[in-house]
Amino acid sequence: MSSDLKLSDGSRIAVIGGGPAGSFFSNFVLSMAERMGLELVVDIYESRDFSIPGPPGCNMCGGIISETLVQMLATEGIELPPVVVQRGVDSYLLHMDVGSVRIDTPHHEKRIGAVHRGAGPKGLTDAKWLSFDGFLLSLAHDKGAQIVQGRVDDITWTDGRPQVKTKKGEPQTYDFLAMATGVNSAALKLFEDMDLGYIPPKSTKTFICEYYLGEETVEKYLGSSMHTFLLKIPRLEFAAIIPKGEYATVCMLGKKIDKELVDAFLNSPVVKQVFPADWEPQEQACHCSPKMYLQGAKQPFADRLVFIGDCGISRLYKDGIGAAYRTAKAAATSVVFEGIAKQDFQKHFMVACNRMETDNKLGAFIFKVVHIIQQMRFSRRGILRMVAKEQKKEGKRRLMSLVLWDMFTGSAPYREVFIRTFHPYFIGGLIKNLVIGIWPAKKRIPVEEE
Amino acid sequence: MATGALGKIYSDGEVIVQQGKSGDCMYEILEGKVEVLEESSEHPLRLAVLHKGDFFGEMAIFEREARSATVRALGDVRALTIDRKNLLRRISEDPSLAFRILEKMSHRIRELNKKLVQTQSKSN
Repeated sequence: MSSDLKLSDGSRIAVIGGGPAGSFFSNFVLSMAERMGLELVVDIYESRDFSIPGPPGCNMCGGIISETLVQMLATEGIELPPVVVQRGVDSYLLHMDVGSVRIDTPHHEKRIGAVHRGAGPKGLTDAKWLSFDGFLLSLAHDKGAQIVQGRVDDITWTDGRPQVKTKKGEPQTYDFLAMATGVNSAALKLFEDMDLGYIPPKSTKTFICEYYLGEETVEKYLGSSMHTFLLKIPRLEFAAIIPKGEYATVCMLGKKIDKELVDAFLNSPVVKQVFPADWEPQEQACHCSPKMYLQGAKQPFADRLVFIGDCGISRLYKDGIGAAYRTAKAAATSVVFEGIAKQDFQKHFMVACNRMETDNKLGAFIFKVVHIIQQMRFSRRGILRMVAKEQKKEGKRRLMSLVLWDMFTGSAPYREVFIRTFHPYFIGGLIKNLVIGIWPAKKRIPVEEE
Repeated sequence: MATGALGKIYSDGEVIVQQGKSGDCMYEILEGKVEVLEESSEHPLRLAVLHKGDFFGEMAIFEREARSATVRALGDVRALTIDRKNLLRRISEDPSLAFRILEKMSHRIRELNKKLVQTQSKSN
């Protein structure tokens, strides 16, 4: 049973945060309301200007749009144009000290998008691409949402309704509030003293840096591949280099990432062979150390309130934008079709969130296994050998490649990755290659060129 | 193809979907146009011309039967495949994802009805 707390014609919705979660939510809630013949007013509060390069217009993220999300957005009628996608990715290269291997997308199609969340890194003078967040925000605006440029100073409750105040404007009362600020926003602190039961998500720090290489060098050295690294460097869990227009985005995940760890990674021979021989990392390159979602928020909803995207429930390590899409869609569906009371979100919105949370637990287990593999040279050799051999087989028989593909790209739920590892051929192939991996190869396995 | 262009380019006249073949994906046209041909008889019958934003191949996803028509590129076409498995899993989690597909299919039925009425009027 749905509650009696519902939106009606003329109801006002405030969305705090104009990143993907806020824009998706606004877009979907207005589309669904239109289908139902319901007229809603949506205000999106966003302090950033996505047309300005550098930190003022950036939401700090690696900027990968997963294969699944690209497909789902196309199904929704949202096409990501080439002016927003800086590089269509059709493969990934897994680099380890024992060698490198390339895994292609099915159909050899560019199904993963590399984007800049903002207009581009600081210092950019000639912007050839548009901001991804700015593009999504413009879609929400085209759908009828109003953009309120400004930082939200305070959120209070008046007669059971949320009231939003910016520094310059008058307080505005709404019928419903969607929080979509991500994990890096100070706005979440506004909820600390409210007796709503909301506890922000747990997070960890990452490192992201944009190195200028020029379009030709990006094409020549990185191509249309995402480069992932499993290296035995103390404190480093995982790293990736993503080609984007004129830049290479370096993303690192690990414990207490500092300059020493970044230098150790960039100076590793395996990483150096990806870049031109004379390349030196620029000291002044645009970089940040944003928080990354680790574990879901507690009670990410209340009467007339929902938390979507990273400030609510997201996916572990991967596909944060895909998770923003899912939670935004689930929240919009609850709001339009069910109601805006606490029990409506518990019953409908949380189904999608709980599915992700359960999946994240499996993801955490899988990453622990990967961590163990990373520590032992013979297992790294075995995995690499297995993937390299699989590239000569047809798509469905590339079992290890599919497992790694889904893990690194976030294309499938971790549950599916986990189930794949129980395939008898997978287990047999893994044991065989691990045994062979015990004997050291004479040389590092190079990438097979197409 | 621009570096940021997603999907795959099909050149003029290239067959993207072959009638009678099995399929496990549908296609969204991102750029260009395609023709849909019924090839059961000696002379192929053009059923429709589809443009940017249209999709095709969805019948094989929902019915699990062989492709009912051939789809060929008219000029250069950029299209994105949408996997059956991904789509059906997401629709089971979020049925509203099928809204647009239903709208498009409903629109096609409406167009077919119009054509049927026109054909019958001519034959009378």
